[in-house]
Amino acid sequence: MASGDVGFASLIDTTVAVLTNDGRHFVGTLKGYDQATNLLLHDCHERVYSLQQGMERQMLGLQVVRGDNISVVGEVDDERDAEVNWSRVHAAPLTSITH
Amino acid sequence: MLFYSYFKTLVGKEVTVELKNDLAITGTLHSVDQYLNVKLHSVKVTNETKYPHMLSVRNCFIRGSVVRYVQLPANSIDVEILHDATRREARG
Repeated sequence: MASGDVGFASLIDTTVAVLTNDGRHFVGTLKGYDQATNLLLHDCHERVYSLQQGMERQMLGLQVVRGDNISVVGEVDDERDAEVNWSRVHAAPLTSITH
Repeated sequence: MLFYSYFKTLVGKEVTVELKNDLAITGTLHSVDQYLNVKLHSVKVTNETKYPHMLSVRNCFIRGSVVRYVQLPANSIDVEILHDATRREARG
């Protein structure tokens, strides 16, 4: 499909990474979405980055993320994700979107 | 609708999308919609050491509203066609 294939149907029940406009990073299982990119994430956690220490996970459970506030939705490759030693990843938190 | 149509002709080409938070993502353009939301395949973040967040992501969706620039592949751009199209659009 050349275009128009922008829904998230193929991502349902897979792990997705969501970057929000305020620079936060959520990872969870996609359970639902709508045309406004509102997302429903199951078993969601936030990944908190800092330069001083490795990435920390904050468990959040079921989350609804409003589409307005979403910048990127990534399909997570679970195998590759498990290979990365996230607790040793030091990174500055993402800056927020400035329009 | 001009840029929507134009981006549709670039499907399958490699583009770099720079976001309004300075994150730059390179990937193969998979699809685009009326809001200029784009889907990229085989993505790679420019400056991965600074932005390791997307290390385990292969394909991604980028919301049109957060895109600052889209860098296009120079060799597949026909500037003449773009000139004509923009003039036609301006005339209405």
